[in-house]
Amino acid sequence: MVGYIWAFLIGIGIIYSLLSGNINVINESILTNASEALDLILNLLPIIVLWTGVLKIAEVSGLLDKFAHLLNPFLCKLFPSVPKDNKALGYISSNIAANMLGLGSAATPAGLKAMNELQKINPEKDTASPPMITFLILNTAGVTIIPTTILALRVAYGSSNPGEIIFPAIIATTCSSIAGITLDYLIRKKHQKWK
Amino acid sequence: MEIISKIILPIFIIVIVFYGVKKRVNVYDAFLEGAKEGLVTTFNIFPAVIAMIFAINIFLDSNFLAFLIKLISPLLGRITMPLEIIPMALLRPVSGTASLAIMNDIFKNFGPDSFIGRLASVLQGCTDTTIYVIALYFGTVKITKIKHALWGGLFADLVGIGAAIILTNLFF
Repeated sequence: MVGYIWAFLIGIGIIYSLLSGNINVINESILTNASEALDLILNLLPIIVLWTGVLKIAEVSGLLDKFAHLLNPFLCKLFPSVPKDNKALGYISSNIAANMLGLGSAATPAGLKAMNELQKINPEKDTASPPMITFLILNTAGVTIIPTTILALRVAYGSSNPGEIIFPAIIATTCSSIAGITLDYLIRKKHQKWK
Repeated sequence: MEIISKIILPIFIIVIVFYGVKKRVNVYDAFLEGAKEGLVTTFNIFPAVIAMIFAINIFLDSNFLAFLIKLISPLLGRITMPLEIIPMALLRPVSGTASLAIMNDIFKNFGPDSFIGRLASVLQGCTDTTIYVIALYFGTVKITKIKHALWGGLFADLVGIGAAIILTNLFF
């Protein structure tokens, strides 16, 4: 899918600029693009390296697990069909905790393990079970407390207060999580009625 | 509000470092190990960043978007939302790198402290690559009937986009 979109962007861009006589701009764009990508990476690199370093301390010291543990009571409510002692809940909480801290690389393995555990208790192996759907909606709502890449770019382009967007972003992401979970809950209720 | 947004980061760091010291972790070594991982990760995403910057810049530089905006602007009437945000909102669920590239472009043209710069930041921060995550997670456990997972996730994103627009107006 990403491939199609990528090709679409290039195709539309080049064809439209050919038709509109804008071909000089496109030539310049093609030739300078790659170095802009390098600038972007160089802008991101320092703060990503710094932040993954700091978060490694949280991981090694067990702070991340402790944080994940705090989420457990909420998770039991959100996933009523998963047994309380099931491993899946632990993986789900570490996935969400890692996502919140902007630790994408630690979040994905935990998330995939959670899916495997949920699949074990799934009666229909080719169909998404209710807890899987809840988990993915929660996951894709993307709660991030420290968005490192955004901060890095804001710093690079000379923002006077790079962190000012953190608070509104947290509120927005809370809204979207609640909306997603509510929708999921309502759909589940409706299905139960049908049965 | 300004105070809160300024103290989040320092407090985070001091809690993490002190907790590490308390638990007798070699915090310096742990930091170096994590930093090394971060370095590898960043280099690993470099090809994707080149690919996305390339495609997005060709698309944006072609001015096709200005053409589209001119086409639909009579329909939008008096809505004052900066329309450059639309491709970013559309690409966000598919590719984090693509929306990052657009945010980079918005910062370059309008600055990070402009309205659209702040909106792009909030938007990038409050939504995730929904379609990518769903494909990956369901793909690994070989589930083909995903029911309402996709549009539930996209609905949440939509609410996030709406909230981002409202909150950016409220906060700044």
